[in-house]
Amino acid sequence: MDTWDTKPSFVRSDLPLIDCDIHNRVPSLGTLYPYLPDFWVEYCSTSGFGGPEMGDYPGGAPTSALPDTKPEDGPPGSDLELLREQTLDFWEADYGILNCAYWVQTVHNEYLAAALATAANDWQVEHWLDQEPRLRASLVVSSQNPLTAAQEIERMGDHPGFVQVLLPVRSLMPYGKRHYDPIFEAAARHNLVVGIHYGGAAGIPPSPSGWFSTYLEEYAGAGQIFQAQVISLVTEGTFDRFPDLRVALIEGGFTWLASVMWRIDKEWRGLRHITPWIKRLPSDYMRDHLRFTLQPMDAPPDPKQFLRMIGQLDSDDMLMFSTDYPHWQFDSPEEALPMGLPESLMKKILAENAREFYQL
Amino acid sequence: MRKKRGNFADLEPLIPPTTLHTIQLNLMAKHVVATVDEIPPGERKIVELEGRSLGVFNIDGEFYAVRNICPHQGAPLCEGRLTGLLESDVPGEYRYTRKGEILRCVWHGWEFDIKTGQSWWNPAQKRVRKYPVEVEDGATVASGLQKGPYTAETYSVSVDQQYVVIDMPE
Amino acid sequence: MKSTREKVPVIDTDIHNTLASPESLHPYLSERWRKHQTMIGGRGHAGSNYPRGMPHAARHDAWPPSGLSPGADLAFMQEQLLDAWDFEYGVLNPLMGGSGLNLEYVAAIARAINDWQVEEWTTPEPRLKASIVVPYEDGELAAEEIHRRGEDPNFVQVLLIARTDEPLGRRKYWKIYEAATQYDLPIGIHFGGTGAGPITGAGAPSYYIEDHGGMPQAFQTQVISLVCEGVFERFPTLKFVLIEGGFAWFPPLMWRLDQSWKKLKEEVPDLKKLPSEYMKEHFWLSSQPVEEPPKREYFDLLLEQLNARERLMFATDYPHWDFDAPDRAFPTSLAPDVKRRIMSDNARELYKL
Ligand code: FES
Repeated sequence: MDTWDTKPSFVRSDLPLIDCDIHNRVPSLGTLYPYLPDFWVEYCSTSGFGGPEMGDYPGGAPTSALPDTKPEDGPPGSDLELLREQTLDFWEADYGILNCAYWVQTVHNEYLAAALATAANDWQVEHWLDQEPRLRASLVVSSQNPLTAAQEIERMGDHPGFVQVLLPVRSLMPYGKRHYDPIFEAAARHNLVVGIHYGGAAGIPPSPSGWFSTYLEEYAGAGQIFQAQVISLVTEGTFDRFPDLRVALIEGGFTWLASVMWRIDKEWRGLRHITPWIKRLPSDYMRDHLRFTLQPMDAPPDPKQFLRMIGQLDSDDMLMFSTDYPHWQFDSPEEALPMGLPESLMKKILAENAREFYQL
Repeated sequence: MRKKRGNFADLEPLIPPTTLHTIQLNLMAKHVVATVDEIPPGERKIVELEGRSLGVFNIDGEFYAVRNICPHQGAPLCEGRLTGLLESDVPGEYRYTRKGEILRCVWHGWEFDIKTGQSWWNPAQKRVRKYPVEVEDGATVASGLQKGPYTAETYSVSVDQQYVVIDMPE
Repeated sequence: MKSTREKVPVIDTDIHNTLASPESLHPYLSERWRKHQTMIGGRGHAGSNYPRGMPHAARHDAWPPSGLSPGADLAFMQEQLLDAWDFEYGVLNPLMGGSGLNLEYVAAIARAINDWQVEEWTTPEPRLKASIVVPYEDGELAAEEIHRRGEDPNFVQVLLIARTDEPLGRRKYWKIYEAATQYDLPIGIHFGGTGAGPITGAGAPSYYIEDHGGMPQAFQTQVISLVCEGVFERFPTLKFVLIEGGFAWFPPLMWRLDQSWKKLKEEVPDLKKLPSEYMKEHFWLSSQPVEEPPKREYFDLLLEQLNARERLMFATDYPHWDFDAPDRAFPTSLAPDVKRRIMSDNARELYKL
């Protein structure tokens, strides 16, 4: 990574930094065998089952991996040494939050999915959290069955290394539905953030109008699925039922957020009577309960306009620095942060917002 | 039938008013707008007074007047449906009170409290200030004009003998 | 702000006319399809029942004294809309007839609706122009209808819907674009529809506010698809109008697509320029429902990012409840020339009125 030799100007000893989206990757199904009960090991090795569907980052797509992030054996993001060097050390991060996008939700056999989630979490403790004190992790849960997901949160929720429960943005039903309450209840009880992350494969099209032809469309189009989840969480009253709940939207972009705030606020003024439990402007719920990771940063060409766009969120608290390692989001480290941020806002985005949200 | 909305000459001040000017209550002209029988409880009458259209509502024998222009986009507010106040503490549980006291705008459905003119879409906003109200001959009089975000203009109404009388600010 | 006192002409780019009753189409249907209509009727993708806030999604004051449904009574529409606001033109977008499972039947209904529009709307009221309703899930049948009406001055665009079975950039819809290009007709994509799956990429939500307020998701889908599939390389003169989708999501989508395309352009070598370039060139937007940001400067920035002066076209959405009033729709003061363009010039040019 030649262009990565120089550190960006905002990596300074007096500026704490927290990277809220680093991907540690389960290298193969076999990696989890030591953490799976015998019968599941036997089943996995004799049934032809290859593991969860992982179509979110096609192997050869430039977005899927930065150059030089692939360890000698295994996919990018699977080796602690390399990851430590290229993320925590490079950015001089105080903390890095691991998002293990191991989508057990794509496995329709719910008990296998639950067993894989448990195994993935035990693997995360042993191979990542126990090895590197600056890392925090996200729980893999079989959210297609909220009861088993809640059991896993119950099992691991008090482990100090886990700060988040990770859900794929693509779900069979939007997450505001009460169906998912056991997950939010358990997360809130264990003081965990719920992270909704790009990807997943729920078996339904990734848009209101069917399946896209290209990966480009699917990736760029993910923003509208995040929008559906945000609208659902607010209108279903999830935050009224769980007033302490914090939800992070990860790798979904954020420049669309202001448009959703304005639109849903406007709708609610006329349709309040259909969801009377919403007692404040929907955008207020969003500002209070939601945080967004910075990458992918879909910036307008003019940096000044970008600052004005950020201003339109009417909140300095909502953005949290992320690199999305090992995915390729920016060409030089300097581009990882919007240009020309006022110092106070820069501090908030780099670390303070995440520190408060994840209580680090 | 509603009349023509002007020649559309000026497409201007496009900002919905965030505050409506309050009107002094001490300069009033009295107008007889209806007999009491004309507006039974739960009914309304839309009247034209000094060039302004007003809705006069009878809620359980008390009369209230509201300016027939929605502070949002100017719809004939008073032609809207009457409803109650729907509240909820927990999703899925509904508390329905004050039936017939809330006016839903004909266009975008914003809800207004007929008694105060206050909009209900932002209940978190502080309750608007009340103004002194004149009472005549022991008759019931509506509350006065309110200040606040998106408040519909209300007018004093009193029942004088058998007549509904509106105090119009001059 | 002082009024300019200048009369600004208004063209309403989104008015909904509807049938007095299903039988209204009988004169325009063959015996076979009349029978079919009575016996079976339209069948669509059931399962998207989002109870609304109001019957027919209509303005409470839009029910004609004649007892007909909102939008079904021309005289009342003239009085309440066209005359009351003194419109120069209005574009009719009937929200029926384009979709359904039995495509032969849908084609017959679409044809009938177009005939009915000429007979009962645009002929008696020349200020009204109509959109060609087409059975859009079948490119060939849809193209047939466009060929039938393409030269007819009563029609100014082809009408599609935001929620379709597949994203509109896919080949199955290209016949529609080919035909529209032939007559230089813009294609309107209107709010609504029920695609083949749930109404969001995250599954089926619960409430009308999610259905109605979530519609920009479908519009984003269609813009992404049309741009990335190379439709505009194939049909360089094709123009789209996004109707009733709002517009605040449009600029962020430009940046999002550009950002993603920079890394992934090898997947779509047919694209010759930035996605945002195609968006700026080929899309117009109707204004309603106008976003209402808390601060006026936000709205001003949005108009600037959108190139609203050239691309935004005023619409009321009459007789629907989310109607925008011509004099109060925009939460800002528009400069007189911008106002003129948005209120009518842009539409007059695009629709060649
Ligand atoms: S005009 Fe919009 S709610 Fe009354």
